[in-house]
Amino acid sequence: MHDTRHLDSQAQPSYRVESRGHHGASDLLEVSMGPQHPSTHGVFRMDVVLDGERVVKLKPVFGYLHRNHEKIAENTTYLASMPYTDRLDYLCSLTNNWAYALAVEKLAGLQPPERAEYIRVITAELTRLTNHICLIGFLLQDMGASGTPLMYAFRERENILDLFESLTGARMMCNYMRFGGCRVDLPPGWLEQTSQVLDRFPKFLEEFDRLISGNEILIARTQGVGVLPRDLAIQSSATGPVLRASGVNYDIRKVDKYGIYDRFSFRVPLGEHGDVYDRYMVRVLEMHESLGILKKAIQDIPPGPIVDPKAKIRGFRPKAGEAYGRIEGPKGELGFYLISDGSPNPYRYRVRPPSLINLTALEDMCLGQTIADAVIILGSIDIVLGEVDR
Amino acid sequence: MESTEQIVARINAAIPTAKAVLVPNEAPSGQTSILVATDLGRKVALWLRDDAQLRLDYLSNATGVDWPELVTKQKVKKKKVVDGVEKEVEEVVESRRPPYLEAVYHLYSMELKHGPVVLRLRTGNRSDAVTLPSLTPVWRGAELQEREIYDLYGIQFEGHPDLRRLLMWEEFVDHPMRKDYVEPDDYEYEPTPHDEVLTKAKTHYEMGQPAASPK
Repeated sequence: MHDTRHLDSQAQPSYRVESRGHHGASDLLEVSMGPQHPSTHGVFRMDVVLDGERVVKLKPVFGYLHRNHEKIAENTTYLASMPYTDRLDYLCSLTNNWAYALAVEKLAGLQPPERAEYIRVITAELTRLTNHICLIGFLLQDMGASGTPLMYAFRERENILDLFESLTGARMMCNYMRFGGCRVDLPPGWLEQTSQVLDRFPKFLEEFDRLISGNEILIARTQGVGVLPRDLAIQSSATGPVLRASGVNYDIRKVDKYGIYDRFSFRVPLGEHGDVYDRYMVRVLEMHESLGILKKAIQDIPPGPIVDPKAKIRGFRPKAGEAYGRIEGPKGELGFYLISDGSPNPYRYRVRPPSLINLTALEDMCLGQTIADAVIILGSIDIVLGEVDR
Repeated sequence: MESTEQIVARINAAIPTAKAVLVPNEAPSGQTSILVATDLGRKVALWLRDDAQLRLDYLSNATGVDWPELVTKQKVKKKKVVDGVEKEVEEVVESRRPPYLEAVYHLYSMELKHGPVVLRLRTGNRSDAVTLPSLTPVWRGAELQEREIYDLYGIQFEGHPDLRRLLMWEEFVDHPMRKDYVEPDDYEYEPTPHDEVLTKAKTHYEMGQPAASPK
């Protein structure tokens, strides 16, 4: 039996330890993991019941970062919530912008010009790169590979954030897309700079691969851990790399062909086992595909206007109706559902948050695993609490 | 994929009591939706999931919408015969939208890669008849989203395995996403002994005088 008495006398705000009496052979231990915990990626809490080191029950607890984003957006104009979408998934502000712009364009019938579509693809794929490198760095940090991989990853991410800064004025809170186009045109020399960053990128991926992907400890920690079976992945509405690691071929860039994604040929990496390793590998391979898309887009981008001339900045009032627009965000399907009643504010504004919905099957993935594995399973799902709690 | 009209017709043929109706959408998106009778919501959902032509195996988005009672007045021109002469008279016609809450589900098919089919369920009103059948037994992806709807809109989902508040804390009483929700003056207000101490202290000194420091 675990002796937990020594904990009672100490101040332990984030770990509640409770003796539950005998359950068969061993004692069950209830641990409240979070909300202040380095490996929950923000203010997220899991109520975990442990049998020794094994997880027997896990309940996620949400809401610590809830600020009712949807209500705030319903009380303001359409355009005024564009900068606020940056703060949802604060690592991927440009894809958030795109998803919202896409939904509004469907609602109001706007068509972005060719050049804007290319800029959107370029910025979105760069965002996918930053998100995936960040995730891989954090995942290895969670696994105990302290520092080095994360710093390598952040070094590369910084190059891309510099590009965002010179384009939009901000590293992370970009606020760049507008309904029917983009806010500003590319600064001179930006495409060349991007090409240079991208030329260096495969070298980093190769270096990282050599350092990490074949690493014995990584393989031992991740293979067969946190398996999400194919059927459960579909049933529980998992999307993005989590879904594709379970072997379901569903990429919204291919299915909906929104924007101009039908002009690019790229492959959709799929996993076989649905474990943490597959989720890691799918992201690494997705970065390789993104590089291909980026190269093609930089080559083909035409000159021209960047905003639909029909788009109105002032007095924007879409006709009454509704629209659901979705994109393949780096974390999964990011959708916006809007209802207009003809007024300047949306009547209903809903964000479909991939981070939150991918957590539906978290308990199923963690049952029977050790508590240390629960940490990397959560890491491999890739959540950002700004989006989970909204 | 077949059109929403065709799907509505096939639902009504398969489940005649479902009373499926097409809800029009005037926006350029053209995403029309299907409204079905509340009590048969789960049966229709199961049919949509298992139908060989649709195979809607993926619930993408589930959300609530609040529709408070709305009375709209429209001026309508009518021809009337007044004193034997035909005249055009303006009349004010009142139309009333009854109050209800709505759950909206966006369905796609991962197998056949089509969608969205939008399914709507409506409650009887906004106060006491706020129960809808939960679709979590059909698509588990609705689990957290229905908890969110319950939390923010107050729709009771019958048959949900674990219907608790998702984002607000358990002791919270209201439903913040409703249109008539009034924010509290102070979110952080807590009735603490401090208030009692304050009232007590006020009896010890005269109004307008500074409180005497304890000796």
